[in-house]
Amino acid sequence: MFDPGFILAGVLNGLLAGGIYVLVAVGLTLIYGVLHIINFAHGSLLMLAMYAVFFLWKLAGLDPYMSLPIVIVGAFVVGFLLYRGLIGRFSHGRDENILLITLGVSIVADNGALLFFGGNTETVDVPYAGQIIELGVAFLPLAKVISFVASLVICLALGLFMAKTDTGKAIRAVAKERQGARLVGIDVEKIFAISYGIGIACLGAAACLLMPTFYVTPQSGYAFVLVAFTTVVLGGMGSFVGAAVGGFLIGVTESLGGLFLGEQLGQIGISLIFILILLFRPTGLFGAKA
Amino acid sequence: MLEVAGLSKAFGGLKAVDEASLKVDAGEIVGLIGPNGAGKTTLFAAIAGFHRPDAGRIAFGGHDITGLPPHKICAAGMVRTFQITQPFAKITVRENIMVGAYLATADRRAAAAKAEAVAAQVGMTDQLDQNGADLTVAGRKRLELARALATGPRLLLLDEVMAGLNPTEISEIVAIIKSIRQSGVTILLIEHVMQAVTSLAERVYVLNQGRMIAEGTPASIAENPLVVEAYLGHGAAQVLRA
Amino acid sequence: MSTRVQILLVIGFAAAVIYPWLVPNYLITVGMLMFFSAFIGQAWNVSGGFAGQTSFGHAVFFGTGAYTSTILQVTHGWNPWLSWAAAMAMGALVGCLIAMLAFRAGLRGSYFALITLAFAEVFRILANSVGFTRGGLGMLIKADARPENLQFRDPVWPYYLAFALCLISLFIAWRLTRSRFGARLIAIRENEDAARALGIDVFAEKVKVLTLSGAMCAAGGTFYAQKYLYVDPTIAFGIDKSVEMLLVTMVGGAGTIFGPLIGAIALTGINEITRWAAGVIPALKNVQPLSLIVYGIMLMLIVARLPDGLMSLFARKARRNA
Repeated sequence: MFDPGFILAGVLNGLLAGGIYVLVAVGLTLIYGVLHIINFAHGSLLMLAMYAVFFLWKLAGLDPYMSLPIVIVGAFVVGFLLYRGLIGRFSHGRDENILLITLGVSIVADNGALLFFGGNTETVDVPYAGQIIELGVAFLPLAKVISFVASLVICLALGLFMAKTDTGKAIRAVAKERQGARLVGIDVEKIFAISYGIGIACLGAAACLLMPTFYVTPQSGYAFVLVAFTTVVLGGMGSFVGAAVGGFLIGVTESLGGLFLGEQLGQIGISLIFILILLFRPTGLFGAKA
Repeated sequence: MLEVAGLSKAFGGLKAVDEASLKVDAGEIVGLIGPNGAGKTTLFAAIAGFHRPDAGRIAFGGHDITGLPPHKICAAGMVRTFQITQPFAKITVRENIMVGAYLATADRRAAAAKAEAVAAQVGMTDQLDQNGADLTVAGRKRLELARALATGPRLLLLDEVMAGLNPTEISEIVAIIKSIRQSGVTILLIEHVMQAVTSLAERVYVLNQGRMIAEGTPASIAENPLVVEAYLGHGAAQVLRA
Repeated sequence: MSTRVQILLVIGFAAAVIYPWLVPNYLITVGMLMFFSAFIGQAWNVSGGFAGQTSFGHAVFFGTGAYTSTILQVTHGWNPWLSWAAAMAMGALVGCLIAMLAFRAGLRGSYFALITLAFAEVFRILANSVGFTRGGLGMLIKADARPENLQFRDPVWPYYLAFALCLISLFIAWRLTRSRFGARLIAIRENEDAARALGIDVFAEKVKVLTLSGAMCAAGGTFYAQKYLYVDPTIAFGIDKSVEMLLVTMVGGAGTIFGPLIGAIALTGINEITRWAAGVIPALKNVQPLSLIVYGIMLMLIVARLPDGLMSLFARKARRNA
């Protein structure tokens, strides 16, 4: 069991899973970094996006990877509207209030999914599901490798967007100094909505990349929300590099936890990391001192 | 009563307070003035236990209180107010003041009686049943004073209780502060505006860029070229004299 | 308290007492669950409402209570009433420990809410994995309906027990509004810095209140396990119970004496209406999610438009009448 090859395989699998966590966490950390709100609905919105991917496959026969552009754009629109219609109106004032509002969103989303989609576990059957790539000691599922590469490409694209485009620059300006951004004529509320939309679009992408190897149930949102927060807190709230490193660390932790502690107890690693980071290093690995 | 010796406090690389020393004797009203950003509030916060000083010693009533938490310092008889008023917004003025009064007693009736007495002393009897959030600026300043007074302090640290008030309100609060001193409470007060201090304080300390640059009677301070320069900029003293 | 309110309270009390003699068994159980919700809501309210320490993971105390009494009873043969007391002690201990860790680290606001959720999750996973809780299978309590076993054949008695718990919790909340401890909690909620300046040991008071809240929640956990003679990791430590406590309190009015009770009445009412609607409209097969959707929307509306909950409607009316 403690054979190094076995552990290496676990690490590689963890890194592959971590690629998608990076995507989920980048969305969450973007929302936090720009809007300074904690988006408790993050997991539930991911769950809804996963259902979207599932239904696109089931009803329209669309491969999850093919649905990427549709779901990303759809998720952006949903996020943008959600911010404009609901979250933006209450995102100022006590930080617990916005946490409670996003909790409300997640309650509605989770139970809406249960009501309309039922409680069954849904999966997407893709022809390449069983294909394996042999990489030295490790056998890696092809779909996970594709997802890993795709999520890195999307993260890089997002990074380029933030660095090169006017909108990206405006977002960074608002994140750094919202009053100043307002003074130089940036429509801050619009940037907030766009940032929230991009954060949710990241979830849309993650959903497409997850579905070939994962399943969705109405509880998936809750399963992911702590993972997402742990990733972001580990890296340091608001830090993109942190979210990336955090995502990989969490993926590996989960994979090795499952390996050594078993399917049930293995999940404890994530919650424990979350608690320990908050207690002893609340700024995370890369966060600036508050 | 209060002795601060060589107190320093830095945030990041910035030295907010740099080896400041001061002394307050029982029964005095002492002023602490200085231009904006001089480190007055930081010095106050450090004295009251809100910031742990990097260096220096604070003694109160002959006991070393350096590094004690605020609630212990308050229990020892020294209490601060806030420049940016911090009322408990959703409860009444009476309940606000009672929070202070509860320091000395666990009995609700005694605390309520104390709150009413203090409210009378600062002229808030009519506002006892208003919510903290509904007060005017002057009302909030008085509430800061009342809550602090209700803890039964020997030394009050007042942080700009007159800032933002109109002349009538200032003269009212000056009278209140004088009456508080009459009742046996020693007072150390921060003011940005010098005139406000001259009518109250027997002695004044001047803080500039974290350093104590002068100490003396209000009259002597007003003529001190270092002080004038601190307020008006380098070379201002010569210009004024010319 | 005005005479009008006093009369209302007496009428309400009398109605609650005679209620089980007027309605079928099903509605007795509905009433029982309502008072139970009000009780655990109040347990959340003392720390989340009065002291303002919003928690997303109070199930950690609820589950601790449920498991402590069940394990003592089933595995060690303790008397259930004695186990109940032990469960409360354990809930208090867990509350105290979590508070010491979280507040020593200076966690506030959303971070405190999230760390409580993570603690509940750790406990859930542990209960799922270790031997003495029998893992995911859960634990069954042997049915033996005798009062000394804290089990009752007639649903009237659990109803009265829940009612009594609710009354005790109302008394605790009432005491808080009239005591130094309560005044300090409210001061901490309203402004921590000002509270510290006025001589309040903020850390100690927060630890105290979470200890109290933990003991109360744990009492609720034991009650629930005894009523259904079963506990498993998800029932005990899942997010559902944490959200239920938060919801009844936020909807009714956080930091008020009657908030959790009003919230529990409102949410029980919604539950029954959706149940009725599901009977009338065949398309609505799943009742549970439907009422939770309504709760979620109510939570958002309350936070956005009525921060002091439904209680503030009464308070506003009372002020107009005064």
